[in-house]
Amino acid sequence: MFYREAGQFKTNYRDDLAIFPILQDRIAIGALLAFMFIVVPLIADDFWLNTVLIPTLIFALAAIGLNILTGYCGQLSLGTGGFMGVGAYSCYKLATIYPDVNIVILILLSGFFAAAVGVFFGLPSLRIKGFYLAVATLASQFFLEWAFGRIPWLYNYNDSGAIDGVNRSLFGIPLSEPYGAPYFQYLVVLTIVVVLTWIASNLIRGRYGRAWMAVRDMDIAAELIGIKLLRTKLLAFAVSSYYAGVAGAMMVFLSLGSAEVEVFDIFNASFPILFMIIIGGLGSLIGSFMGAAFITGLPILIRATPALVDLQVEAATAEHIQLMTTGALIIFFLIIEPHGLARLWHIGKQKLRVWPFPY
Amino acid sequence: MDWVLTLLNKLFVAPLVEIAGAPDLFIQVLWEGFVAGTLYSLIALGFVLIFKASGVFNFAQGIMVVFGALSLVGLYSLGIPAWAALALCIVIMFSLAWTVERVVLRPLVNQPDIILFMATIGLSSFLVGFGEFVFGGEPKTMITAELGLPSGSIDLAIAGGLVSLQKIDIAAALMSAVMVTGLAVFFNKTRIGRALRAVADDHQSALSVGITLQQIWVIVWFAAGVVALATGIMWGARSDVSFALEVVALKALPVLILGGFTSIPGAIIGGLIIGVSEKLAEFYWGPLVGGSIESWFPYFLALIFLWFRPQGLFGEKIIERV
Repeated sequence: MFYREAGQFKTNYRDDLAIFPILQDRIAIGALLAFMFIVVPLIADDFWLNTVLIPTLIFALAAIGLNILTGYCGQLSLGTGGFMGVGAYSCYKLATIYPDVNIVILILLSGFFAAAVGVFFGLPSLRIKGFYLAVATLASQFFLEWAFGRIPWLYNYNDSGAIDGVNRSLFGIPLSEPYGAPYFQYLVVLTIVVVLTWIASNLIRGRYGRAWMAVRDMDIAAELIGIKLLRTKLLAFAVSSYYAGVAGAMMVFLSLGSAEVEVFDIFNASFPILFMIIIGGLGSLIGSFMGAAFITGLPILIRATPALVDLQVEAATAEHIQLMTTGALIIFFLIIEPHGLARLWHIGKQKLRVWPFPY
Repeated sequence: MDWVLTLLNKLFVAPLVEIAGAPDLFIQVLWEGFVAGTLYSLIALGFVLIFKASGVFNFAQGIMVVFGALSLVGLYSLGIPAWAALALCIVIMFSLAWTVERVVLRPLVNQPDIILFMATIGLSSFLVGFGEFVFGGEPKTMITAELGLPSGSIDLAIAGGLVSLQKIDIAAALMSAVMVTGLAVFFNKTRIGRALRAVADDHQSALSVGITLQQIWVIVWFAAGVVALATGIMWGARSDVSFALEVVALKALPVLILGGFTSIPGAIIGGLIIGVSEKLAEFYWGPLVGGSIESWFPYFLALIFLWFRPQGLFGEKIIERV
């Protein structure tokens, strides 16, 4: 009754190409953005910002990157963590070489280094498909992990072997972790994520996105209708790694403050991000956000539960229970909705459209 | 031009000179690689069994190895004699197979491969949590002597030096040989084996001649579980039993792409190639770039093979039609 496109006519091409063709959607997204930009920084405390919102947004960006590659272009990748690492380490190097350049610009630039590395490691995708490719992308993951740990130039010959935060500000306000205030970091992360999501949604709706989807559905058929596989697949790797790289750079400089290789390893980065896009929905931008919120929020929720019911649990036991629950919940979600939370979202929207009638 | 010559020398001449200079050391490294390769082969073998019969990319195979070993040690520490613990572990592996089929595979039948792959990652996360929850997270020692496995080493005089072989490694190699032969006989000579091969060939035609898919799945997951248990015992004898092994278990993946996902001989030969070459590379070429190249070298080797044969050395030829 309230969510219906009846009476909204598209009278020109501009309307037809709108990202949100339905008025109610535009209002909802506007309200959501206003809430995220204005209300959240006012009401959220540091705990929420630091442990929930900022990581969720950063992981959502990485998930969008992987979704472009896996969900839209059909190239299964287990190397996201490595590409995030490239972003983080190149941002660190850039920040030490060019101390006067604004950190936000450096974060956005460092994505291009990740993109270049991604294109290089995407080359096997021209010959190898499916799970063979997934294992091949592990080559990049392990090679990059090794490089981050073994090439001292990358971490400026630190004794710790880690990259530490740098003190940088934006508009004269300290920004980078651990010097900046959480609400300010949140706003910067949110802005970057919103802008990049908007770009991604336009990429996907456009010519390149359609080429990616054609390749995903069947690459030989796509080749037959004149899509150049080399260019299309490598572009998907480039865009995907760019997003992952920016996410990695933000993770170090706007969220963690310093990072070791372990942050970007396969169990801490690549697999969780793959989970996000599967749980959220392959080939869905909103699914990337939902999946990121789910996978980031779940451990926090599980850790918080015993305290809520006044139960004393040892840290190790809690960790084991968390692993078990995460695993079980992932299987459970896959069984009830293999197409992810995004599909539930669409079903809900469809129900809302025809409400109060059943169909 | 000087640096090019130096580089070429370091890459191609110096290691070979080193090999020629100390052949006994070379044989020792070769043997280490062979043993590591045997273990990779065994993990890959369990994986191939499942992939052939159900098309599931079972990421949890490496975890099942540790889970089997952990249950064995855990049960023994509860005071159960070693042989009874071993028997109980086989029962545990069977119930695991049955549960996985019931809870995970059956509801997800006909879903895209990637969904099933994800489900097995979920399964591995669950198994890690469950294993540590029940038996504790600290590393444990494998009950080698209680199971009647040999210990100590034999020193052989080869090529003017001493090469030392661990007895447990010899036992591991022998046991893998026995297990592979057993599986080959099982696949080729028994009724269930024929049914398994039929399912691997084509699910629908297997169904149409009256083969029950569910039953076959339980059997292959059980077979993979037993292989995992055996691998876990052998592996546990070489190092501690803990889930830290899962990173090493990932080494089975390049073995798989090298040998082909569907080929048992591929898993064996691929495992040996990877094991031997990674140890040689680490020992002779690793120091040039700072060491620890074991972590990624197998993948690159596998990639080079894949570039020429995208389906792996022994995989079925991929034919694509529009």
